[in-house]
Amino acid sequence: MVQILTPDGVIAPSAEAEPYLALVEGLDDATLETFYRDMVRSRRVDVVGANLQRQGQLALWVPSNGQEAAQVGSAHAARPQDHVFPAYREHVVGMIRGLDPVRIMALLRGATLGGWDPAETGNFHLYTLVLASQTLHATGYAMGLRFDGLVGTGDPETDTAVLVYFGDGSTSQGDANEALVFAASFETPEVFFIQNNHWAISVPVERQSRVPLSRRGHGFGMPGIRIDGNDVLASYAVTRTAMEQARGGEGPSLIEALTYRMGAHTTADDPTKYRPEGELESWIARDPISRYRTWLEGRGASAAFFEEALSDADDFAADVRRRTLELQAPSRPAIFEHVYAEPHPLMAQQADWLERYEAGFEGGAA
Amino acid sequence: MTRELQDRVDEVPPVVAPPAPPTGTPSEGRADASPAPSSDAPAGRDEASAAPDLLGVQSMPMGKAINAGLRKALADDPKVLLMGEDIGPLGGVFRVTEGLHAEFGDDRVIDSPLAESGIVGTAIGLAMRGYRPVLEIQFDGFVFPAFDQITTQLGRQNLRHDGRMPMPVVIRIPYGGHIGSIEHHQESPEAYFTHTPGLRVVSPSSPHDAYWMIQEAIASNDPVIFFEPKSRYWPKGPVDLDHAGIDLHASRVMRRGTDVTVVGHGAMVATLLQAADIAEQEGRSLEVVDLRSLSPIDYGPLVDSVQRTGRLVVAQEAQGFTSLGSEVAATIAERCFYSLEAPVLRVSSFDTPFPPAALEADFLPSPDRVLEAVDRALAY
Ligand SMILES: Cc1ncc(C[n+]2csc(CCOP(=O)(O)OP(=O)(O)O)c2C)c(N)n1
Ligand SMILES: [Mg+2]
Repeated sequence: MVQILTPDGVIAPSAEAEPYLALVEGLDDATLETFYRDMVRSRRVDVVGANLQRQGQLALWVPSNGQEAAQVGSAHAARPQDHVFPAYREHVVGMIRGLDPVRIMALLRGATLGGWDPAETGNFHLYTLVLASQTLHATGYAMGLRFDGLVGTGDPETDTAVLVYFGDGSTSQGDANEALVFAASFETPEVFFIQNNHWAISVPVERQSRVPLSRRGHGFGMPGIRIDGNDVLASYAVTRTAMEQARGGEGPSLIEALTYRMGAHTTADDPTKYRPEGELESWIARDPISRYRTWLEGRGASAAFFEEALSDADDFAADVRRRTLELQAPSRPAIFEHVYAEPHPLMAQQADWLERYEAGFEGGAA
Repeated sequence: MTRELQDRVDEVPPVVAPPAPPTGTPSEGRADASPAPSSDAPAGRDEASAAPDLLGVQSMPMGKAINAGLRKALADDPKVLLMGEDIGPLGGVFRVTEGLHAEFGDDRVIDSPLAESGIVGTAIGLAMRGYRPVLEIQFDGFVFPAFDQITTQLGRQNLRHDGRMPMPVVIRIPYGGHIGSIEHHQESPEAYFTHTPGLRVVSPSSPHDAYWMIQEAIASNDPVIFFEPKSRYWPKGPVDLDHAGIDLHASRVMRRGTDVTVVGHGAMVATLLQAADIAEQEGRSLEVVDLRSLSPIDYGPLVDSVQRTGRLVVAQEAQGFTSLGSEVAATIAERCFYSLEAPVLRVSSFDTPFPPAALEADFLPSPDRVLEAVDRALAY
């Protein structure tokens, strides 16, 4: 397992971390601080999301607390031209790519089925709720990049790769396995990033696999690397390396980030029903944010920096909350819009019927 | 036994449709009936004089017509690519892509790994990247591993992206019986797809339509499920290489008649024309309508026809329960209530799995089964 920063907040690289140390040493203070700010923001947005759901403002919230390091580190490993295909829990990845989290709120509020245009969100694609479907879309996209000659040119502004996220449970889906087959076969510029948060709702990862999920990579003919997903430095460095290899034409790879879903699966879930006693506590001791903070403190980051990062996160989350409450429901004709790209008689007829039906009540109903 | 229809090569209807009837319910995007193929256009021209609109009329089987349509689409648009199982050097198990790999190469005609969900799922990603993938599913019964990607992903991407992510993906599916094959190789699964919003579903019945409809399907910015009636792959028919005639989603009157309208699609159209021949000998006049497009359905010509004949028999190879034929029957009952002299009757196969091929002639609607329903309709 690649681990650079231990749960105690000290740099003590594992043997497997050796190839990545130079990358970490090259990170400047501003970048290191950005990692921290992003993780704190993510955790604040998480609280806001859960509260909004409890207050009836969202149908559902999907928490990501505990997984901040896996997400923030890997997200920063992608270049602007890269494409990112999320599952549904990668809120901070989207934020890092330029997605306004209010778009996620709109989705979970029932105002849209999609919510954003990847062209406007740093190539951060839509959430996909059918588990592992996105792994195939990502792979097809990466095949296209290859066909378009955008791989291995040596020009860092041209070469492009795809980063796709999925969960430990999703690795059992046929689509995930088919995606790995296609990726290996077509040597796609792609990184498969598994967040092994140890649970698929109530089912532990042991039900999905008896061997480390990283080993699956080897079976499909690509590198498979297991990392401490609560170590933002390992997440960044390993993903960065894999993405560079992908862009350079060396093909796909798979990363298994060991992390933990500290919250519920969603706000509809009650993890006390299935979590073994003490498990949560053992992972709180490995919290990705506090270990990183300890390390930054040791490097001399000031108390003022941490205060400022927190108040920035508070302001950010409060703004997300305020704008979520202002979200408008879509108008009725939206039901029929864009179901087809080209005119379709049924859409026209049914939109017209609904319009006339509703108009029939106007003025008549008291 | 099983080649009954294939032997009727000479009875393939002419490309030319009769003059367009007045449309009862005009529907969107419907073009007028096909113009007559210009009979003075020479059938084979040499390269030098071949202007794109003067290729003339050629006789070819449907498989070759689709091949020609695919070749044209590949040549015209570098973003078109073919993907499927065994479609490369082999040319597909039905040889529909024969020669295309040699002509366009590995990057345009792709032998995929053996995984249908993978084929459709990666095609979605390729479409996001600006490609126009044309996929081949090897047989009707093997589309189901891809059903999830088709229904939950392909048919919804444009909607989920607020209209900014069209999915110009064509899925070609050889379908239907009459070929005496084993389990999962003779099915008619159209209704699963016509029931799914966001998809367009079409099925040609003749080489001419196949040549044009495959190109129109590829040009569509919506996903199109393209059902190829595999028993019709081999009979030859005229293909007017200059004129498509009518729109991808237009239905067409194939034969004029006055007593009962019969409607179907794909291979069933040949059965209906056969039934009409037999009926004529018995002094009954059937009007035959080819739906061509199964979603959306162009009801104009059908409504017009039923308003004149007052009777409709809907025929299909698929199982009848909650089928496309049920939808057509219900819609015609609503739209033609005052014209109908009899309830709309359906002729389908049975609501069982497709039986062993030795029994397929008992399972599939034959001209006689159609005529039995015609008799019932006339008895009202
Ligand atoms: C095909 C499919 N089956 C079932 C579900 C219901 N479901 C939603 S999330 C989930 C668990 C997913 O676990 P994992 O892949 O580990 O991701 P995590 O939620 O832990 O991030 C299930 C079963 C679904 N969304 N899609
Ligand atoms: Mg999980």
